Amino acid sequence: MRRDTRLAYPYVVWMVIFIAVPLLIVAYFAFTNKAGQFTLENLRQIGEYAPVFLRSLLLAARATVICLVLAFPAAWWLSRLRVRHQRIMLMLVMLPMWMNFLLRTYAWMTLLENNGLLNRLFGAMHLFDLVNGINGLLGASLPTNITYFPMINTAGAVVLGMVYNYLPYMILPLYTIMVKIEPSEIEAAQDLGANTRQILTRVLIPLSMPGISTGITMVFVPSVSTFIISRMLGGGGNMLVGDLIELQFLGNSYNYNLGSAMSLVLMVIVLLCMGVTNTSGGEDGIEGVV
Amino acid sequence: MGKPRGSALMRAYLVVLFSFFYLPIVVLMVYSFNESKSRSNFTGFTFKWYESLFHNDMILSALWLSLALALISAVIATVVGTMAAIGISGMGRKSRTVINNVSYIPVVNPEIITGVSLMLLFVAWSGAAAWWNQHAAAFLAFFPEDVIGFPSLLIAHISFCLPYVIFNVAPKLRQMDVRLYEAALDLGCNHRQAFFKVVLPELAPAIFSAFLISLTYSIDDFIISYFTCGTLQTLPIAIYSMTRKKVSPEINALSTIMFLVILAIILLSNLADSRRNRYKAGKKVEV
Repeated sequence: MRRDTRLAYPYVVWMVIFIAVPLLIVAYFAFTNKAGQFTLENLRQIGEYAPVFLRSLLLAARATVICLVLAFPAAWWLSRLRVRHQRIMLMLVMLPMWMNFLLRTYAWMTLLENNGLLNRLFGAMHLFDLVNGINGLLGASLPTNITYFPMINTAGAVVLGMVYNYLPYMILPLYTIMVKIEPSEIEAAQDLGANTRQILTRVLIPLSMPGISTGITMVFVPSVSTFIISRMLGGGGNMLVGDLIELQFLGNSYNYNLGSAMSLVLMVIVLLCMGVTNTSGGEDGIEGVV
Repeated sequence: MGKPRGSALMRAYLVVLFSFFYLPIVVLMVYSFNESKSRSNFTGFTFKWYESLFHNDMILSALWLSLALALISAVIATVVGTMAAIGISGMGRKSRTVINNVSYIPVVNPEIITGVSLMLLFVAWSGAAAWWNQHAAAFLAFFPEDVIGFPSLLIAHISFCLPYVIFNVAPKLRQMDVRLYEAALDLGCNHRQAFFKVVLPELAPAIFSAFLISLTYSIDDFIISYFTCGTLQTLPIAIYSMTRKKVSPEINALSTIMFLVILAIILLSNLADSRRNRYKAGKKVEV
């Protein structure tokens, strides 16, 4: 079949102008000051924001681990259902993803508020009375007049938001890999005397490894770079790298050079993460998600 | 793990997991019918938030912008991407690898960086165009300076949709039987006819699904649009500004409508799928 390579030229030109050049501009801004002279000052200045970078890495890592732990059994059980049921369940996993993530995050905002539904539910269950009672028994330094649990504007709420938004991105690649594992492979291990734990660590996890690494990347990358989840659920005290970058470009700080340097560091972090999980850029890198 | 099918633990776990997925959405939807603005007290049933939603000019104009943007960018991305997929498949191994790797950049890069980098490009363009228009001869000073707005949004959306089109069409192209094309040539088609009568129909399902993916990505995108929209508001950006300002149950009403629309689309397309499959299966049996 004659496949005219010229057909690809518009795309190649497009990608050079709108993918490659913009990234080069980011690099240019990162290594220059406002007057356009070469400097390493921006990168040095990032050192001052090390706590924010650390917090981003930590919260994103926490969310990724929680997603992995929650998704692994879910994906395995989904992959063992009858095919008809699998289709329905997969749709149920994907359906929330179709809702805009702002609305999903907003839903949690209303749930986690101090006088939100969850706290009212806890109140109706007399949970606060219980806690107050226990605190009263334990000692004088503990508060005995709790009327709500502070949940919104905490680091925990940010992690919850990440898990809620990105859990499907962990379940789907895991499921795609696990569905290919034959029951006979598990049975063979059982016949050879493996117990449940050995089956898990020696058969199931090694066989699911491609799905695990794809899932980790798919959860970690958006988590570490988010600025909406932290802003809506984390309040002012849980700023992440994404918030910092956004402030440099559209917010009050307004410093393209510093923002570009931060973007560059974030990109390096993401590349390192992908290097560690060994996510290939190959054809099946995003298999099961698109 | 011994007898996974129907184990009680597994069922309980999946029920908890799906409650986690759906309870927040259900709560959101229930409170769209709430008489008062409270997000925790249900004081009475009303449709008034739906009514005020349909009189909210900000939301409506954002909705039209999003739909127009999605349609135009999806069409362009599908055409350019399909052409590219065909062209790339005819290239040598080396250039194919290079292009594929560059195509992966927007897929794996954090969206905020794609957004920021495009924003810098448009700002740089505006500056350069202004400078040029001032200094060049009058008949050459035709470069548009105000690209930030619809043009920048359109370019950004086409850019992040293109790789998905290519990754959808390319595998289908690889699977295609070359002999079909050769047969068309043997039967007297020229290259153009063979392409439009044989190759394109064969690729059509993949191209169509690429179009749908582009459409949904475009409508759903917030982060990249946020950095490239200037003062325009797409639907997600309007939603964002609503969540930043004072609380309004209109957001809940909007969520409910969007969820129901999505649900309807998915159910319909699945229904069509299973119908088609049944039809195909029936045909096979007949043969």
